[in-house]
Amino acid sequence: MIRSEIIREIAPILAEHLVVCNIGLPSQELHLIDDQPSNFYMLGTMGLSSSIGLGLALAQDKKVISIDGDGSVLTNFGTLPTIANNVADNYILLIIDNGSYGSTGDQPTYAGQRTSLTDVARACGCENVVECQAEETPAVLQQALDSNKMTVIVCKCESGNIKVPVITMDPVVIRDRFMKVVAS
Amino acid sequence: MSVSKKIVEDLVANQVSFVTTVPCKQLAGVIDEVEAQDGIYHIPANKEDEGMGLCAGAYMGGKRPAIIMQNTAIGVTVNTLVTLTQYYRMPLPMLISYRGELGEPVACQVEMAVHTKALLAQLNIPTYHFHHEDDVKEFDAILKHTFMCNKPVAILTDASFWKGY
Repeated sequence: MIRSEIIREIAPILAEHLVVCNIGLPSQELHLIDDQPSNFYMLGTMGLSSSIGLGLALAQDKKVISIDGDGSVLTNFGTLPTIANNVADNYILLIIDNGSYGSTGDQPTYAGQRTSLTDVARACGCENVVECQAEETPAVLQQALDSNKMTVIVCKCESGNIKVPVITMDPVVIRDRFMKVVAS
Repeated sequence: MSVSKKIVEDLVANQVSFVTTVPCKQLAGVIDEVEAQDGIYHIPANKEDEGMGLCAGAYMGGKRPAIIMQNTAIGVTVNTLVTLTQYYRMPLPMLISYRGELGEPVACQVEMAVHTKALLAQLNIPTYHFHHEDDVKEFDAILKHTFMCNKPVAILTDASFWKGY
């Protein structure tokens, strides 16, 4: 399975929660598959999906799922200790780990080689870290939501992309409709 | 009252309740005050762009955020300021130690100091410079201004303001 197939599988779960979605293809795929006002699409700023999601989870009570990639987590490695040391039980970090920089032409990342993000997350002090195969993602995500425990999920999948249009929605519109859902 | 206490009192009076910090020797006192303040969730960040991401999330979650960092961070955060904070129109007071000004003992700090105001001007970031202790009186108005206009706003605080470095 590739990332877009995982997003399609988990879309019904995502639709029930606040989602902060990583820059580039992940946001474009989620936008194409199931656009919701409860989705915050990142149009820039590689690496900060996990940080935005954590800040959001710490600031209010609704459940937050940050969809991130292995390349983005590598870019913002400092995020994992911050997450581990600021526990928000309404927060899930879903790292879709396809071992490549998908949006830029599938260049390999170190996460697909010798570096295990699962081990790194645990070493940083994250208590609930689950590594799963792509096919298991919907069940693992639902379980994490039901546990009411902050969870980091590292979902191992194949690298590959589908053709998707860019998001043309204005960023202030994305933010405004998202904040209305947060406040509702 | 110390300037650190006054700054944190103004943050609280303006409902700022989520503060991320990356330390600087000059900012040690104000970071201690933030940590000691019950009304503020203090979340140290490992890098300033990460901190701005946390602040963006907190803002969308209904909290007023602020970041405390050194001016060297301007070099780290240009992309985040432009493509997140400004692009999505989010308010962010940035209390910044202005290292490399008069009284600075570390020569390398001057290298970033000479670019600090130029970079902020290039980014169209409203910028205030606290040089005398009395300048802290403007902090309350600057916070109100920041949350009125939904922009990142820089408050540069130099060694003279902090009475040493």
